[in-house]
Amino acid sequence: MNQTDIQNLLDEPACTHNTAGKTGCSRSRPGATQGGCAFDGAQIAILPIADAAHIVHGPIGCSGSSWDLRGSSSSGPQLYRLGMTTELSDIDVIMGRGEKKLFHAIRRAVERYSPQAVFVYGTCVPAMQGDDIEAVARDASQRWGVPVIPVDGAGFYGTKSLGNRIAGETLYRHVIGSREPAPLPPGAVAAGIKVHDVNLIGEYNIAGEFWRVAPLFDELGLRILCTLSGDARFREVQTMHRAEANMVVCSKAMLNIARHLREAHGTPFFEGSFYGIADTSQALRDFAKAIGDPSLSVRTELLILREENKARAALAPWRERLAGKRALIFSGGVKSWSVVSALQDLGVEVIATGTEKSTEEDRARIRELMGENTRMIDDNDQSALIATCIESGADILIAGGRYLYAALKARLAFLDINHERDFGYEGYAGFVELARQLALAVHSPVWQRVRQEPRWVRASANTALLEEA
Amino acid sequence: MARIVQTNKPLSVNPLRVSQPMGAALAFLGLARSLPLEHGAQGCTAFSKVFFTRHFREPIPLQTTALDMVSSVLGGDERLQEGLATVIDEHRPEVVGLVTTGLVEMQGADIRRVLRNFHAGRCESASVVAVNTPDTLGGLESGYALAVEAIIEALVPDAVVPAVQRARQVNLLASSMLTPADVEAIREWIESFGLQAVILPDLADSLDGHLTPQGYTTLTTGGTSRQAIAAMGRSALTLVIGDSLAGAADLLQARTGVPDLRLAGLTALADCDAFVQALADVSGRPVPARILRQREQLLDAMVDSYVPVGGARIAVGADADQLVALGRFLDDIGARLVAAVSPCRTAALQALNVEEVVVGDFEDLEERARDAGAQLLIGNSHALQSAERLGIPLLRAGFPQYDHYGAAARLWVGYRGARQLLFELANLFAPRGAGIAPYHSPLRQDFDGAAEPSARSISA
Repeated sequence: MNQTDIQNLLDEPACTHNTAGKTGCSRSRPGATQGGCAFDGAQIAILPIADAAHIVHGPIGCSGSSWDLRGSSSSGPQLYRLGMTTELSDIDVIMGRGEKKLFHAIRRAVERYSPQAVFVYGTCVPAMQGDDIEAVARDASQRWGVPVIPVDGAGFYGTKSLGNRIAGETLYRHVIGSREPAPLPPGAVAAGIKVHDVNLIGEYNIAGEFWRVAPLFDELGLRILCTLSGDARFREVQTMHRAEANMVVCSKAMLNIARHLREAHGTPFFEGSFYGIADTSQALRDFAKAIGDPSLSVRTELLILREENKARAALAPWRERLAGKRALIFSGGVKSWSVVSALQDLGVEVIATGTEKSTEEDRARIRELMGENTRMIDDNDQSALIATCIESGADILIAGGRYLYAALKARLAFLDINHERDFGYEGYAGFVELARQLALAVHSPVWQRVRQEPRWVRASANTALLEEA
Repeated sequence: MARIVQTNKPLSVNPLRVSQPMGAALAFLGLARSLPLEHGAQGCTAFSKVFFTRHFREPIPLQTTALDMVSSVLGGDERLQEGLATVIDEHRPEVVGLVTTGLVEMQGADIRRVLRNFHAGRCESASVVAVNTPDTLGGLESGYALAVEAIIEALVPDAVVPAVQRARQVNLLASSMLTPADVEAIREWIESFGLQAVILPDLADSLDGHLTPQGYTTLTTGGTSRQAIAAMGRSALTLVIGDSLAGAADLLQARTGVPDLRLAGLTALADCDAFVQALADVSGRPVPARILRQREQLLDAMVDSYVPVGGARIAVGADADQLVALGRFLDDIGARLVAAVSPCRTAALQALNVEEVVVGDFEDLEERARDAGAQLLIGNSHALQSAERLGIPLLRAGFPQYDHYGAAARLWVGYRGARQLLFELANLFAPRGAGIAPYHSPLRQDFDGAAEPSARSISA
C-alpha cells in the first residue's frame, strides 16, 4: 500500500471528525503513544468472520501475542478462533522465502480446516521485504479453489483506526457483492409479514451480547444478511450489497463500507447503538424509518412499548440501589453520550465524560444531556483521568479494559465497557445486566476496606524506621 | 532421554510461542524505576502491553518508538533518539530497556551506534540497556534471558580489582518461568538463613500486584535497583534457577568470579533439597525448623494424593524451562508426561522423561494429547480451546493467563509451592459453566440447504 492510498483512507468523507480544521486521524508520537497498529485494527475488524481461516503473515510478534484475545462469539463455526501464522523466521527473511511459505500456509489451512475463505494479513516484516501478498492470494485462490483475501495493513502504515478502514476497504473491494443472498427458508415468518433485508456494520457480538437483540429482528421480519463482523459467515459478507438499510453500530471504524454501499447501491445507513433502552428503541425505529414500510413501523412501536415496559420493571430494584451514585465515563465516540443517557435513566449522576474520540456533534449531545458546565476529558492519559476521578468524588469509573488496573490501583470501582469484557450489555436485557453489574461493583465492600488504614500499619512503619536508625 | 522433534509444517496453528521482544520487556519490568522501550512499529508494544496487563492485571510501563512508513524505509534512528529523549525527560527512569523488534532488525538498525551518539549528545541520569531481540528468532524465554545477559553486561562492573566480599549476600538469577510469588518465596527462603538476596530480575517487587499509597505510576513500582546490580560481584554465591539463564550465568561468573549453583527448577524435591543445602553451606547456619516442617508437609501431601495423580496422563505445552521443571516434579509424584511441546528447541529438553518433545504449537499438542489419551492439559490460557475440544481440564501455566485471576500469585516453588501444585493437580477434574446461550435465527441465510457444521466438527 502506498502513501497516497493511506492518505485517502485517512480522509474518510463520511466521517464527522473529518472537518476543515482536522484531517482524519492524528499521527503517533515516539515515546508517548498508546494503542495498536494498522495490522491490529485490520485484524480486529475482520477476524470474527467465523468460518474463515485467518492467517497472519509475519514473525511471531504479530500473531503470538494477539490471537484469540477478542471477545467476539460465534453461534456456529469456531474456526476464526484458531491463531494461524506463517511465523517467519530469520532464515525465511534472509532467503526471501516469505511468499513461498505463505502459499503453502494457505494450502495447509485449506486442506486441513476447509475454510469458506482465507484472509491473509500482511505485517511489517513482509511489507519491508516486499512480499506481494496480493499476488500470492490470487494464485493460491486459483490453485486451491477457495477465496483468498489479502489484507494489506502492515503495522507501520499507521494506527489501529487506519487498520479498521483498511479492513473495510478490503472487504468492500474483494468480498461484498460477490454472491446473491440465499432464498428465505419457507415458513420462517408469519403470513402477512414482509421480510426486509438489513446489515449491521461494526457489531462485534462481544460476549454474545447481540444474541440478546437478534430475536427482536426476527420478530419484526428484519432478516440480517450480515453482522459485520460478530458471528458473521464469509458468504453472508458477500451478500451485504443487497440490504435495504445499514446500521453502523457504535463505532466509526467501518463507516467507509456504509458509504460505499450508499454510493454504489443507494442503501441508506444510520449510526446508532444498542446500549441502553433509549438507544435500542431508537435503532429499531431508525430501521423502520429507513425501510419505509408502514406495517413495520407499527409493529416496531408495539414491540418497543412491550420491551421497554418489561425492562423498566426488571430495572426497578437496581435503580433503587444506584440512585444518587456518581459515575465518570471514559469511552470516546458515540458511546460517550449513549452511555450517559442510559445511566441517567438509572438515576446515576454522570459527573464527567471522556470525549477523546468524540465529534463536535457528540459533544453537543453531551452538553444537551449533562448541562453546559459538564466536564469533558479530552486527554488519553491514565494519570489525569484517575486524578479527575478522585477529585470529583466519583463512585465508579466506567471505561475500557486498559484503564481497569490503573483505576484499581487508585482504589476506584470500575466497570469495563470495551471489547475484552466478560458480560454482554446490548439491548433491553443487556442493559438490565449492566445495571446489575454496576450495582454489584458500587456496593462491593472492598472499596471501603482498601481505603481504611488500621493503626498498626503506621505503628509498624515507625518500628521499621527505628530499626533502621 | 527425550528425542527432540521439529515439526516440518508450513503453518503454525495456535502458537505457543510468544515473541522475544516481549520476553526482554518482561525482564526489564523486574528492575526498579525502569521503562522498557520497544524499537519498532507501535503495534508490537500495544500487543505486549495488553498481553502483560491482562496476565498480571497491573498497569504495565512500556513505550514504543512507533516507526512509521518513512522511518521504516529511510531508517528509524531519529525516532529512536526522539523516543529515548521523550521517555527519559517525561518519566525520569533509572533504566530504559531498549528492546528491538523484527522490523528494525530487518532494517539492520545499529542501535548501539545510535546509543553512543545519544550518550555523547546529552547528559542524562538513565542507564539505557540495549538488547537485540528479533521476533524472527527464539521466544519469550530466550528474549528474557538475553535481556538479563544485557543487564549484567551493562550494569555489573568488570572485577579488575577483587571486590570486597559481603559474606551474607547471595545473587539469584530468576528465569521467566518464575512468577512474582515464586520469587518472593525464594527471597524469604534465602532470608530465613540470615542471608540477603540480590535478585535479577525481581518481578516479585514490581509485578506482584500491591496497592501503594502512590497509586498509579508510569514506571515500575519496584524491582532490582541499579545499585544492587552493580554490587552483585560482592556476593558469596550465585543461585541460578532455569536452564535458559546459562548464558547470563556464564557472563556473571566471568565478570565477578562468584561461584554459582545452577538448578533446572525449584519444584522437584531433589532441586529443593539441593537449594537448601547450598544455603546452609554458604550461611553456616542450621536449616530452620520451619523448612524441615514444610518438607514433611509436602511428603504427607504426596502420600495423601497419590491415588488421583498416580499414573495420571498429562500433556504439557510450555517454554523449555517450565517444561523441564514441571517434568521433574511429575516424576516425583508419579504422574506421566505423555505429550510435551515446547515453542523453541533447547538442549535442556533432552533431559525430560518422555519419549519425544515436539518443537511446535498447540495444534501439535492437541494432536499428541489426543493420541496419547491425555487426561489433563497444562499450558497457558490459549490451551483452553484444545482442552475443550479434548474434553479434559486445563491447568494454566506460563504466559499468557488472561482468563484467570492470580497468575502472579501462583506459587509452585519450594516445598509449600510444590504441595500447592500437587493439590491443584489432584483437584482438577470438575466441570465448567457457560455464558449467554447462542441464538440461532430462523431467518438466517442458509447457503447449503443444511444446518452449518457445529463447533466440534471444524477441528480436523
